[in-house]
Amino acid sequence: MSKPTALSIGMQRGRLEIKQFIRQRESVVFTLLFPLILLAIFGSVFSNSIAKGVTFSQYFVAGMIASGMVNTGFQQLAIMIPMERDFGTLKRLRGTPMPASSYFIGKAILVTLSMIIQVFLLLAAGVIFFGVNLPTSAHKWLLLLALLVLGSACSTVLGIAFSNVPKSGRGASAVVSPVVIVLQFFSGVFFVFTQLPHWMQSVAAIFPLKWMTQGARSVFLPDSFATREVAGNWETGRTFAIIGAWLVVGLIWAIRSFKWERD
Amino acid sequence: MSKVISVAGLRKSYGSNSAVDGLDLEIEQGEIFALLGPNGAGKTTTVEILEGFRDRDAGQVRVLDFDPATKGSAGQQWRDRIGIVLQSTQDAGDLTVYESVSHFATYYENPKDPREVIELVGLTDKSDALARTLSGGQRRRLDVALGIIGNPELIFLDEPTTGFDPEARRAFWSLIRKLRDEGATILLTTHYLDEAEALADRVAVINRGKIIEVSTPDQLGGRATSLATVSWRDGAEIRTEKSANPTALVNSLAQQYGGDIPELNVRRASLEDIYLEMIGGTDE
Repeated sequence: MSKPTALSIGMQRGRLEIKQFIRQRESVVFTLLFPLILLAIFGSVFSNSIAKGVTFSQYFVAGMIASGMVNTGFQQLAIMIPMERDFGTLKRLRGTPMPASSYFIGKAILVTLSMIIQVFLLLAAGVIFFGVNLPTSAHKWLLLLALLVLGSACSTVLGIAFSNVPKSGRGASAVVSPVVIVLQFFSGVFFVFTQLPHWMQSVAAIFPLKWMTQGARSVFLPDSFATREVAGNWETGRTFAIIGAWLVVGLIWAIRSFKWERD
Repeated sequence: MSKVISVAGLRKSYGSNSAVDGLDLEIEQGEIFALLGPNGAGKTTTVEILEGFRDRDAGQVRVLDFDPATKGSAGQQWRDRIGIVLQSTQDAGDLTVYESVSHFATYYENPKDPREVIELVGLTDKSDALARTLSGGQRRRLDVALGIIGNPELIFLDEPTTGFDPEARRAFWSLIRKLRDEGATILLTTHYLDEAEALADRVAVINRGKIIEVSTPDQLGGRATSLATVSWRDGAEIRTEKSANPTALVNSLAQQYGGDIPELNVRRASLEDIYLEMIGGTDE
């Protein structure tokens, strides 16, 4: 038999990751359904318009799509990997000829698939139940695609890097989830960003989620809304630059700190 | 015979605590070699250095003529030739036995046939069962299947039968012998002295980071020439005598009692007796 490549093993791992994901009902519910529940609650509670032609649901769907990248990448991996470390999965893999990159390719495939499903579900529910308008120009769809690719990549490497922070698999959720929820509040997912206190806005601007939500707004909100952003425009270049910078930081952090075993 | 593992002057400390302190070891091709020692003797550290999981401070280590501390793709090629069965794991519970075994086969250049391996470990009728539904012993056999799927020349087995019932242990032992007979070399660590005695061609006793003795199980610690213990009932009490020549003692007792010696028991030192003596009577 010919020598298997890192990519082909990675694809196999991706298949396996997806199989396991689907068989763990809790993870399906937690990762995919929870955002829909939030959309149902927020969309029903805040039925007002926040600007001419912009309902809260429209604003909120943009934020939830940005959150979706954080949920399926950062949150999912930073909780799952410590558990795999505790279970001995990682040590076992380390003892085989499997290239390390194959493991990460498998995780990236899982994140990509769950992110696509989540975005699709949010858009479908938004359109059907809350009258959310989809972008009409090809340019906006391309912008969304670029944002999802870069944002998910960034979220994935940060999740792998952050997986070394929780001290145990059991405690991982308690360490990771609050980080995500606080960032969601600070980054204008649940509230209109410009109505948040200035210090909150400043803190949020350090982290990528704020830029992901802003990027998603530039896709889903009319361009007339851009003047109501902090800078008075969408800051598309800056958005991609900052998410890209976090991608690089996450990559270096992940490569330097990743551990296959609990000490 | 060629050396599958050769270790000279191995040292490893954690802070000021020296876990392995100048250890020498040679393991021949095709043998089952058992490493015995109390917890904290340096057993796990030594094995993890041999498996390439840990770096050493000093000493020479060759495993299949390769330095396990080597990083990069050369290490991957080396891992293609070894199989590691770690202490109990509980991963991949949501995959079936067949899914896990056939997936692990894709990591190796010349894997065994997944169905054959599953048959070999006796899990054929559990092929399509999710790993989390398996019993402890079945789970352990899955661990072994994953360890041997790559057709390894050298197999590391860490405490393989912990939690097995006696019947499962015997079935497991014959599996290990079968792997040896197919040409694999096996390094076994175990807490069970009867397991070492039943399986191992040679045993090494490790204590305080050093090998105290390497021998066959029946020769270890002068066991073959040690005194036998003869005990029998003499009226109300049990009498015990150590003897270099128990046959003569039994003969004279038989004459003394006129045939049947009440509650006669003749016992040679067990591997466990010898082992406990060697490590100073503290098996902790």
